[in-house]
Amino acid sequence: MSAPILPVEERPRTAIEPALASLVLSHPSVLLGGSLLLAMVVAAVLGPTFVPDPFAITPTARLRPPDASFWFGTDYLGRDLFARVVWGARVSLAVGLAVAVLAVAIGLLIGLVAGYLRALDQPVMRAMDGLMAIPGILLAIALVSVSGASLVTVVVAIVVPEVPRVVRLVRSVVLSVREEPYVEAAIAVGTPLPLVLFRHILPNTVPPLLVQATYICGSAMLTEAILGFLGAGIPPEIPSWGNIMSEGRTYFQLTPWIIFFPGTCLALTVLAVNTVGDGLRDTLDPRIARQMR
Amino acid sequence: MWGYVLRRLLATVPVMGVVVLVVFLILRLTPGDPAAVIAGDYASAADIARIRSQLGLDRPLLEQFLTWLAQVLRGDLGTSIFTNLPVTTLIAQRLEPTLLLALTTITFSVLVAVPLGTLAAWRAGGLLDRCVMLFSVAGFSVPVFVLGYLLIYLFAMGLQLLPVQGYRSPFTDGLGPFLRHIALPTLTLGTVFVALIARMTRATVMDVLHEDHVRTARAKGQHELRVMTRHVLRNAAVPIVTVIGLGVALLIGGVVVTESVYNIPGLGRLVLDAVLKRDYPIIQGLIILFSFVYILINLVIDLVYTLFDPRIRY
Amino acid sequence: MTVAPASFRSVLEVRGLTVRLPERADRRFAIEDVSFEVAAGEIVCVVGESGSGKSVTAYTVMGLLPRGLVPVAGEVLLEGANLLARPAAELRRLRGRRMAMIFQEPMTALNPVLTVGAQIEEVLEIHTTLNAAERRARVIAAMREVALPEPEQLYHAYPHQLSGGQRQRVMIAMALILEPALLVADEPTTALDVTTQAQILALIRDLQRRHGTAVLFITHDFGVVAEIADRVVVMQHGRVVEQGPVREILFRPRHPYTRMLIAAVPGLTPPERPPVSKPPALVVRGLSKVFEERGWFGIRRRVEALRSASFAVRHGETVGVVGESGSGKSTLARCIVRLLEPTSGEVEVAGHRFGAGTRRIDRRLRRDVQIVFQDPYRSLNPRRTVGQSIIEGPMNFGVPKAEALARARSLLRIVRMDPDCLDRYPHQFSGGQRQRLCIARALALEPKVLIADEAVSALDVSVQAQVLELLDEVKRRFDLALLFITHDLRVAATICDRILVMRQGEVVEEGPTREVFATPRHPYTRALLDAAPGKGVIFGAASSACG
Repeated sequence: MSAPILPVEERPRTAIEPALASLVLSHPSVLLGGSLLLAMVVAAVLGPTFVPDPFAITPTARLRPPDASFWFGTDYLGRDLFARVVWGARVSLAVGLAVAVLAVAIGLLIGLVAGYLRALDQPVMRAMDGLMAIPGILLAIALVSVSGASLVTVVVAIVVPEVPRVVRLVRSVVLSVREEPYVEAAIAVGTPLPLVLFRHILPNTVPPLLVQATYICGSAMLTEAILGFLGAGIPPEIPSWGNIMSEGRTYFQLTPWIIFFPGTCLALTVLAVNTVGDGLRDTLDPRIARQMR
Repeated sequence: MWGYVLRRLLATVPVMGVVVLVVFLILRLTPGDPAAVIAGDYASAADIARIRSQLGLDRPLLEQFLTWLAQVLRGDLGTSIFTNLPVTTLIAQRLEPTLLLALTTITFSVLVAVPLGTLAAWRAGGLLDRCVMLFSVAGFSVPVFVLGYLLIYLFAMGLQLLPVQGYRSPFTDGLGPFLRHIALPTLTLGTVFVALIARMTRATVMDVLHEDHVRTARAKGQHELRVMTRHVLRNAAVPIVTVIGLGVALLIGGVVVTESVYNIPGLGRLVLDAVLKRDYPIIQGLIILFSFVYILINLVIDLVYTLFDPRIRY
Repeated sequence: MTVAPASFRSVLEVRGLTVRLPERADRRFAIEDVSFEVAAGEIVCVVGESGSGKSVTAYTVMGLLPRGLVPVAGEVLLEGANLLARPAAELRRLRGRRMAMIFQEPMTALNPVLTVGAQIEEVLEIHTTLNAAERRARVIAAMREVALPEPEQLYHAYPHQLSGGQRQRVMIAMALILEPALLVADEPTTALDVTTQAQILALIRDLQRRHGTAVLFITHDFGVVAEIADRVVVMQHGRVVEQGPVREILFRPRHPYTRMLIAAVPGLTPPERPPVSKPPALVVRGLSKVFEERGWFGIRRRVEALRSASFAVRHGETVGVVGESGSGKSTLARCIVRLLEPTSGEVEVAGHRFGAGTRRIDRRLRRDVQIVFQDPYRSLNPRRTVGQSIIEGPMNFGVPKAEALARARSLLRIVRMDPDCLDRYPHQFSGGQRQRLCIARALALEPKVLIADEAVSALDVSVQAQVLELLDEVKRRFDLALLFITHDLRVAATICDRILVMRQGEVVEEGPTREVFATPRHPYTRALLDAAPGKGVIFGAASSACG
């Protein structure tokens, strides 16, 4: 610690509403990303009721380029690509959200236990090290191919490799916070340990986990698309962005837009999610910035 | 010193143990009969029984694990169900393209990302910094294969500068063709890696720039460029190298996709073919290989930088 | 000291210096209209509490202000040249050659991955054309001059292999190797133990005399001022409130703020205190703590942090535990409140014994023994209101919420805080206020023993005096046994009835405060007392309030 050079005693810890205001003010990109994400969510939720049937096959209109009737063109069966991409948004966002929630919930539980019960710390962390050593995409591919392609197995397969990172984050927060004098003071006034954990330590994991959750959400959407693209994802009859692009591979030299439309949507969505994550990170607590990515 | 190396080596044993256990359990704990899944929809009962005994699935779980563990320890990763060749042989056949792609990617990424991240940190908040940060977020957001197809579309189909797909070995086909074929895959795979390393370099350099000893260096009248090279980068090197090591996991995942996009006959393609044919011994063997490589790379990085950081005691 | 006007040549002259703060700070200027001079061979101490702008002044002189702080008016003249008007390249040539700086934290101020020799030599590489052999000889000579042992070997050492005092000597060698006209020292001894501090102060004084260096010395400690200053500049809220020769300032301060500051410095002469004859509330018997670092091949390191401490504290008595860092005084405190599990020995509180190895800690101990920590900024959960923090203890022991809140309100009045504070969050309070809140929290359980672990060490001297007074008052009011842990002999002298002196985990001396200060028996105690800065000056006008 160097001598505090600024004569400002201590800035109040950011409350949520002013934090949000300053988030938008200091990061115009967050406003952009947030709006984009919102638009995607609205499209995913409401879109499917307005677009044509994504499963309707029009044999006469196969591999059509984009035009007024087929905004994104058609695929090799003559299905409307725009409708399929809108449906794909739903799948993608659902997978991202489900993976983020599950990975954070499971990781939080394991991380709290590992960080707090010293006896379990070493075994749990070695197990997490092992799990982290396995390349996530390979593990997911293996899990999906063994247990059969379905939405649930894909989500599980993406969650498993994400959990260790959450565990490590939670554990590091627990380890640093439990040395804080206010935690020791709580112990000294006789607060039972589970309550110390819940009341004084758990809240500190929320800001970094919120940020981590957005990153997980983004990377889960990417992984889902990659799995679909490699043919090891959601069953091919579901119009996910990965599946659409996988089908477009064969005709890429002929009709590159079949990959580029869903690819652009995916990239923009993930970009929006990551931008929001970066903004949250910078605003909620600059110190956690260093522990991540 | 050697005691320290030994301790670090021993510490990787439980981690590798977990890898082996997880890979073993993937096949056994999933719902349904793996033998039936492997055999496919049109298999007869006899086929399934054959596969079951080939995989040792008819024996007790613990015995299966111990047998398999003994195999792995001997360096035997099993036999492919379809080709009946040892998995290690298949791996050896496909090693070269993957290894070379990984090497070109890491070289390219480090050469681009470290200077970029350093410059961004040096003028944090400036135009270059914003560009680097934007690029880095974008790099994390574009799916590898979409980027691959975009590059093919631009450089191979559009400008016709480079070949669309394929691989040429530098040993049999010469360096020129090799480089022409490896350029786009390297760029594709390298983008996310550049994003990662640039971002981490920036964060680390910014941290070090705030350290007291940098202020001391300035108080001595040291030139800003020398402050950067002599004091900041020297201290930032360890975390940056660590991230490069951890990023190998990202690289391995990307290799599978990139090889698929560019039709490169490497280990990534081997995995994919095995997945489509449900050739589990190959999948298991490759996961173990990749994980062990990852663990070993990070072990070596740990050991090497402890030699350079005087603070670490053995 | 008197300097004839004819020979007066200021090395540094600061005129009307004003530095602007970033937009959203709590005030507009970090320092405003600051003027003073430092002559050759003179030590000028800039003294002030936190937020006074003393460090900003030092960094402005060196041209090392962090981004966001901008000098907007005034001049900084080094040997007649205005530094604020010079280009960066020229400033760089002056830094290290004509002006040099040493910092508060000698550990972090040195580059951890370069040898100390290389770091000193760097100054010569930048500013001279000497060849490698000449540079090396100069470095060794400089290291010898700051009394570093075996310079030839130490040249190749890394900072982490040196003690704090040695690191600061390296910094001084580095700063003075080119004989600069001006040395800026920013709290250079604050992070050091008192005996080391005395040595470093003597070294700075000695070198400065020998080389005729002008020294701008930033400090918050009037003891240090009394020890080293020729002239003093007192700063408050970014402005100079008073300046003059050291004797004038110390003995005839004119400005009320200076008077208040000096009055708040505790004296080194303990007041007469009648011995306390009440029954003991806390008895410690043979308490020991051994830290063991276990590796794969058995125990790797073993540190005896606390060796068989035995003593008692009576109701209504204040017992001080003094010692330097690593003496085991904090380990002692934490073993008594059971934040650490002692290796052996026992603690007896109000007739109940709590031995080592009792896995389940008796809740009675949690109620009867309370602790106040050093860092007021980290001692309260920032996400919980003051009220929630204070009533947490009583509610753990089954007190209904309404009753606990009522008790909290009356406690706030006792620690002189507004009872309406209950609904506010810790960040809305200053350090001194937070420490009062922590005392209220500790008292909420109606403990018999209160442990103050460096509880006033992080506070400015004026606030420190008030909190000390408060601790003394609540001790009387609740008939507490107060175990007061401190590194600061002055503070100990002010408040303690008896004193334990600790060194390397052992209690080396024990006795009534007056006796220990007047006739120390153990050589270490004598060394500590000798090292106390400013011992020649009698401070302590305010200490009578506590006595």
